[in-house]
Amino acid sequence: MTHAENARAFVADDVRAHWHDEALWFVRAKRDAAMRTVPEWEILRTRAAEIKAHALSRLGDYLVEFEANATKLGAVVHWARDADEHNRIVLSLLRERGFRRVVKSKSMLTEECGLNPYLERHGIEVVDTDLGERIVQLRREPPSHIVLPAIHLRKEEIGVLFHAELGTAAGESDPKVLTEAARRGLRGKFLEAEAGITGVNFAIAETGGIVVCTNEGNADLGTSLPRLHVACMGIEKVIPRAADLAVFLRLLARSATGQHLTTYTSHFHGPRPGAELHVVLVDDGRSALAARPAFSPSLSCIRCGACLNTCPVFRRSGGHSYETSVAGPIGSILAPARDPERHRSLPLACSLCGSCTDVCPVRIDLHHQLLSWRGVLARKRLLGDGKRRAMQLAAFVLARPRLYERVARFARSAARALPSGLVGRLGGVSKDRRLPEPPGESFREQLARRRARGRG
Amino acid sequence: MRVGLFVPCYVDQLFPHVGRATLDVLERHGLEVDFPRDQTCCGQPMYNAGFSDEARTLARRHVRIFREYEHVVCPSASCVATVRHGYASLVPKEPGFEDVRASTRELCEFLTDVLGVTSVPGRFPHRVGLHASCHGVRELRLAGASELGASAPGARPTLDRAHRLLASIDGIELVSPRRPDECCGFGGTFAVDEPAVAAMMGRDRIADHARAGAEIVTATDVSCLAHLDGLMRHDGSPLRVMHVAEILAAAGAEAGSTA
Repeated sequence: MTHAENARAFVADDVRAHWHDEALWFVRAKRDAAMRTVPEWEILRTRAAEIKAHALSRLGDYLVEFEANATKLGAVVHWARDADEHNRIVLSLLRERGFRRVVKSKSMLTEECGLNPYLERHGIEVVDTDLGERIVQLRREPPSHIVLPAIHLRKEEIGVLFHAELGTAAGESDPKVLTEAARRGLRGKFLEAEAGITGVNFAIAETGGIVVCTNEGNADLGTSLPRLHVACMGIEKVIPRAADLAVFLRLLARSATGQHLTTYTSHFHGPRPGAELHVVLVDDGRSALAARPAFSPSLSCIRCGACLNTCPVFRRSGGHSYETSVAGPIGSILAPARDPERHRSLPLACSLCGSCTDVCPVRIDLHHQLLSWRGVLARKRLLGDGKRRAMQLAAFVLARPRLYERVARFARSAARALPSGLVGRLGGVSKDRRLPEPPGESFREQLARRRARGRG
Repeated sequence: MRVGLFVPCYVDQLFPHVGRATLDVLERHGLEVDFPRDQTCCGQPMYNAGFSDEARTLARRHVRIFREYEHVVCPSASCVATVRHGYASLVPKEPGFEDVRASTRELCEFLTDVLGVTSVPGRFPHRVGLHASCHGVRELRLAGASELGASAPGARPTLDRAHRLLASIDGIELVSPRRPDECCGFGGTFAVDEPAVAAMMGRDRIADHARAGAEIVTATDVSCLAHLDGLMRHDGSPLRVMHVAEILAAAGAEAGSTA
């Protein structure tokens, strides 16, 4: 379905849509407050954008440097061309060791690659350990938000789910009780797990270390007990130096949730004694995107989710309406790069308000990239013949001032004569708002009359 | 000072009173205002929908028509944003493009930045909510955006030009909506492509201004106001819309009649 169709269904539940909007606006407001505690915020954004632009311009070099240094620390680095190869690598690491039970902390990359269903098809039990991820996993649905996976659900709905899945009391919806139930359920999974899978927020070329940011400590728990840690990362996550982390860590949590730092910032430098660390570097379309100058800045994204929280369309349509692993403004740039035809409605799900661009901690010009996508889709004839012909016709008329005056005069008088509902339908405007009443005279006609009178 | 009046096509055809108010405000400042009648549309609708070839034809015409003026004034921030930012990719080599980009200003921007107006004479005894149009705030930087930090280059502390002019009018009470600069949901073809979300966004802005106590919602952009007005009239809202130029003209007329 198109984004507009999904959004219409979301908006139809007015109470839920407003609740969703307010919940995310609250996060945006927390972000604003945290941002204001950093006087040099805008300078940090510029610095972050510059570091990312530099790293992306020499991506190959930094990845090779990272691999060499990570290997020295005792980690094993794997290279995956696409999602399939990534999934196969992870599965073979598990199979070679006879492992069947995996705990996983939040990783948008594994969502992108569809790792969970792949492993499950091959007989592996994967348990998501981030609370929000666990909730959507139990519901057998994808996360709706890259930072707040279950933000589309109300606590009562989670109560019903946990009653069915975890045996909490019927009608129980106290978040503290529900969280405790999830924690108890997960405790056993952590103890049984043979492998822990995590995402990666930053990989540091200079040291070969990786950094994972979480609020629940689940990445630490999931990698401290099992003997195997598999860290999966998109190749764009590499940054040159450890010192660069200082810039990104100050931006990431403030932009994401309004926290000064995430509760846990976990640094992994090689495996712990007696255990293994494998890092899977995944391309999956990133090199191709890096080669498109109009869209390559989107690779700077650090997945903070700020553009989702501030987007007036995301807040009122929900993450699932995008039908992508990463939703919102950034997802609407990344998804068409993979499959323009399938995701062609996403660059239209934007009023070009520009708020995403102003919150982005790495200064991705998100709304201008969405506008650029419209141009690409128009050239590929993916915006519909109706719109193309309307634009061509309008431009033809507007390039001829006398014709424009005659056509517009006719349209005004026709609109005045016809019932307004019909005019609304002809104009493609929905029936829940009214069109302007066309005046008898245009501005230029009024002015010509006035000035003629003035001279006479 | 000779000024070219740039009246967007939809204002010309559907909201002539806004063009008239803009003209009144400029003439009251003693300016010689010219309305070049060959002007039609700056190309924004095509540009924002992704149809660059169609937009380019109109952009080229627009530059040729307005390049002779020292100043070009327009009662629409989004049209000015198209000229100032969009034209750089559409018609960078058109002779006069640089001049038109530099000379074209939104009405309040022109009044404060070129004429140095700091206060407006006259009276307008109403409670008014100023809707900060996205293109005015985030493309033209005519006011500080709520997303940006204090160290933003040239963005904050930014004079909110429309706010400053309105606040100087005797009797006016400017109310403060909870969300200072959220989008109204119009967005050109967006309102056609995504009608459900567009309408919800508009209703949310109206409710925010109503809660803040506004009788009138004003803005530097007619398109935002037309979208809000369509929802207000459909829903029977007691609020109404007026373009900033209309308020400035109404206050000025009052001052003129009592002077």
